[in-house]
Amino acid sequence: MVRVGVLGLQGAVREHIRSIEASGAEGVIIKHKEQLDDIDGLILPGGESTTMRRLIDKYDFLEPLKQFGNSGKPIFGTCAGLILLASEIVGQEQAHLGLIDMKVERNAFGRQKDSFEVEIPIKGVADDFEAVFIRAPYIVEVGPNVEVIATYKDKIVAAQQGHYLCSAFHPELTDDHRLTGYFIKMIEEANQHVVMNEG
Amino acid sequence: MSKVGTDRVKRGMAEMQKGGVIMDVVNAEQAKIAEEAGAVAVMALERVPSDIRAAGGVARMADPTIVEEVMNAVSIPVMAKARIGHIVEARVLEAMGVDYIDESEVLTPADEVFHLNKRDYTVPFVCGCRNLGEAARRIGEGTAMLRTKGEPGTGNIVEAVRHMREVNAQVRTLVNMSVDEVMTYAKELGAPYEVLLDIRENGRLPVVNFAAGGIATPADAALMMQLGADGVFVGSGIFKSDNPAKFARAIVEATTHYEDYELIAKVSKGIGTAMKGLEISTIAPEQRMQDRGW
Repeated sequence: MVRVGVLGLQGAVREHIRSIEASGAEGVIIKHKEQLDDIDGLILPGGESTTMRRLIDKYDFLEPLKQFGNSGKPIFGTCAGLILLASEIVGQEQAHLGLIDMKVERNAFGRQKDSFEVEIPIKGVADDFEAVFIRAPYIVEVGPNVEVIATYKDKIVAAQQGHYLCSAFHPELTDDHRLTGYFIKMIEEANQHVVMNEG
Repeated sequence: MSKVGTDRVKRGMAEMQKGGVIMDVVNAEQAKIAEEAGAVAVMALERVPSDIRAAGGVARMADPTIVEEVMNAVSIPVMAKARIGHIVEARVLEAMGVDYIDESEVLTPADEVFHLNKRDYTVPFVCGCRNLGEAARRIGEGTAMLRTKGEPGTGNIVEAVRHMREVNAQVRTLVNMSVDEVMTYAKELGAPYEVLLDIRENGRLPVVNFAAGGIATPADAALMMQLGADGVFVGSGIFKSDNPAKFARAIVEATTHYEDYELIAKVSKGIGTAMKGLEISTIAPEQRMQDRGW
């Protein structure tokens, strides 16, 4: 069984753990950087990206998280997690992890009163995914190696770059575990890769 | 077709705040300090609860100028308080685009009988509770988030502890009940039957429950997290302390790592004096904010 971590500094951690377990994998809450050695993939949950970044800095998570990604282990960021993964953020001088070649805009769909849910297709995952957007960001543009897997009203709301996955919406707030399942499959494939390389 | 203001969207917003600290602020400058310290949201008000307590008189919704100033100053969500049952204050805050409304006993109630029908609004609400009966009634009215009432503006944690323990003990009682006992429990609590059935079925409240009302130190915040709070509101505690920026950061860290006592010791060093506290028994019964609402 693969072990999937959820960065547990702040945000919707429990919901992701529930979704991971419902998808047949083991979920682990990650509060210390040393724990990254024990997991096969990592989810950066929704929450407040500014708060998470403060705590990431405070506990020296930034470099270990980058290394985790660079070592080929899959990372999935939802909402605030997507912002953490982006290489460029509109209106901010500095990005956070910069692991996905894309430009994102925070709270791009508006404030809480504009938050919404809608059914959208996600390429390779589902035709009718219930997507919950909360003060959500969207992706303004992506680099050549990034595949857009979902859009809503012509805005990019989910994308994949190799072993990195991100969504502007919250799959963990629904009982639809197909996107989490898709990510777990990515981890299984990455694991096989490592085994093959080592073999 | 996209839908706004659904339960999932409203409750989901509060889920994103979990493990975080929501701080009371009275101007843009304080809001920036709070954001910088790692607050997950700010509550914009005219006066913090301890000043409301000291000033006496009628406490109302904040001047929209202050709310707007705070909204423009930070990118984290902004909450604001409306009086219990004050439909128009709530509508005004909703129209301004506030992210969450606290139907709050810290303000003087506008209606001593009816709370707001919170299902009517697109904006989500947070409400105070002292026990499962109050929690379930507010959920029945459509609140998307709960918090303990505690005793606001006192810097005394005892009431928040009482309320958090009470709600959680009653949830445990309910979860262990046979289903044929639930109706009588609903009658005893004055709680909506369907809400109780749902809590029993899922083993937990359907919305997050934060701690509020009397949190004055990093250790207080961590205590409430250990008692099962999903996060904390700090009202007067931060900007009534000696060094608000440092104090705010320490409370955020203690909330994140509420079981790491060495860390709490470290962050509690040299942060200056906490706000002066009030012993609950010295507060006249009619001055007790937690008795407002029902």
